[in-house]
Amino acid sequence: MPHSAKLSTHHLLGIKGLSPEDIHLVLHWAAQFKEVINRPIKKVPSLRDITIANLFFENSTRTRLSFELAEKRLSADVINFAASNSSVKKGETLVDTVNNILAMKVDMIVMRHSEPGAAEFLSKHVDAHIVNAGDGTHEHPTQALLDAFSMTEKLGSLQGKRVVIIGDITHSRVALSNIYCLQKLGAEVAVCGPATLIPRHIYSLGVLVIPRLEDALEWADVANMLRVQHERMDRAYFPSIREYHMRYGVTMEKLQALDSIPLILHPGPINRGVEITSEVADSEHAIILDQVQNGVAVRMAVLYLLAAQGKNIV
Amino acid sequence: MATKTLLDARDCEITLNRLCCQLNEVHFPWNNSVIIGLQPRGTRLAMAIASRLQKEHGVSKVPFGALDITFHRDDFRRREEPLAASPNQMDVLIEGKRVIIVDDVLYTGRSVRAAMDALQDYGRPQRVELCVLIDRRFSRELPIQPDYSGRRVDAIAEERVRLEWTNDLPSVLIESTPHAAQR
Repeated sequence: MPHSAKLSTHHLLGIKGLSPEDIHLVLHWAAQFKEVINRPIKKVPSLRDITIANLFFENSTRTRLSFELAEKRLSADVINFAASNSSVKKGETLVDTVNNILAMKVDMIVMRHSEPGAAEFLSKHVDAHIVNAGDGTHEHPTQALLDAFSMTEKLGSLQGKRVVIIGDITHSRVALSNIYCLQKLGAEVAVCGPATLIPRHIYSLGVLVIPRLEDALEWADVANMLRVQHERMDRAYFPSIREYHMRYGVTMEKLQALDSIPLILHPGPINRGVEITSEVADSEHAIILDQVQNGVAVRMAVLYLLAAQGKNIV
Repeated sequence: MATKTLLDARDCEITLNRLCCQLNEVHFPWNNSVIIGLQPRGTRLAMAIASRLQKEHGVSKVPFGALDITFHRDDFRRREEPLAASPNQMDVLIEGKRVIIVDDVLYTGRSVRAAMDALQDYGRPQRVELCVLIDRRFSRELPIQPDYSGRRVDAIAEERVRLEWTNDLPSVLIESTPHAAQR
């Protein structure tokens, strides 16, 4: 890692637009910030002159908390905004909402929105660093970065490693961002799930499709489990939760039948007993709580590196 | 770029020995004192001093830590690219201890200010001292002076003073870089 280096972008809109060097840079800084958040005093003054607005047009608990904590650990000033109690209800457009917030001198926007491309749209229309915290079914870049960071912590370099993403690939922004991120880090990526939940054009991403869960687990070094997103199931994609669990739920019996047990990740929130049993989720194979802790460190790295792009003081 | 040697390895050995003696005079037997090297470049010097104290000056153990000050610097967002952070190794307790901050070159004093700020994250030392190998006097931007200094140097702003290490002994070089900005 060079003595000093910066990101190639002013916004984090998705992993697709990042170079492998950008990703390595974020992971490198995340390791430094992980040390910071394990200190007795978990706060550094770096972003004390930065104001960040967290705009959540879609519900979120852990991502919002994680971002907020990351911002506070960096000493940024934070304002929170949830669409449910705002003027969006009164018919204000996104750009107007954001420009009103920027008029109060905000430097950075962390946004979650239900529309794919919302973050990119915003980056073209307003003058602030934009961090995409999830845009519909499109991308969720910080989740992919924290997943990659958690994997490298356990496995070292991901070059040549095999990662399978299991579950609802179609509706998952985590899956898409993970695929881009892991491929840029040199990993082989496969997906596994009910045929109804695998997008038709998935092959164009250079991703392997493994229909049977048992085969996928045998193949993989890492299994990233996705949540069954009941709220996005506008149609019947599979007959029943019980059947999903029988075919695609990871259980201890299925793991113990393997030659080697892969590392288990889950972005949360877990549907215990659906995509993963409690026994697996709480076992030493799963690093779900590590992911949560790493999420704060990775988001600190992203915010820090984007803030450094500003240099708008002098 | 012209480079000249300010102190060779032998000069440095003598100077390091003197610094060790001065430190020992105040801190022996080192049960209430801690040496903290500033990452990245002060750490090596701090380690050299600590190991010299143990090998040649009869100290059984010198408590030692390495402190990274990147996140406490006052020039974040004022430079083109952020400086990369180095690992912190603060496995020592500094609460109530006498802390000696060690760095290679004291120039503007801003790193030391950041270090004093960063130290607070780990506790309240009884007292903080500063030990440097090279003191570039007349170029301070903050009211900070060393308690122990190897050699005073009058270098102008366009010059860069740096240490080069061979086998645990530094030599001090002075480079004139007409256009390069100093760290």
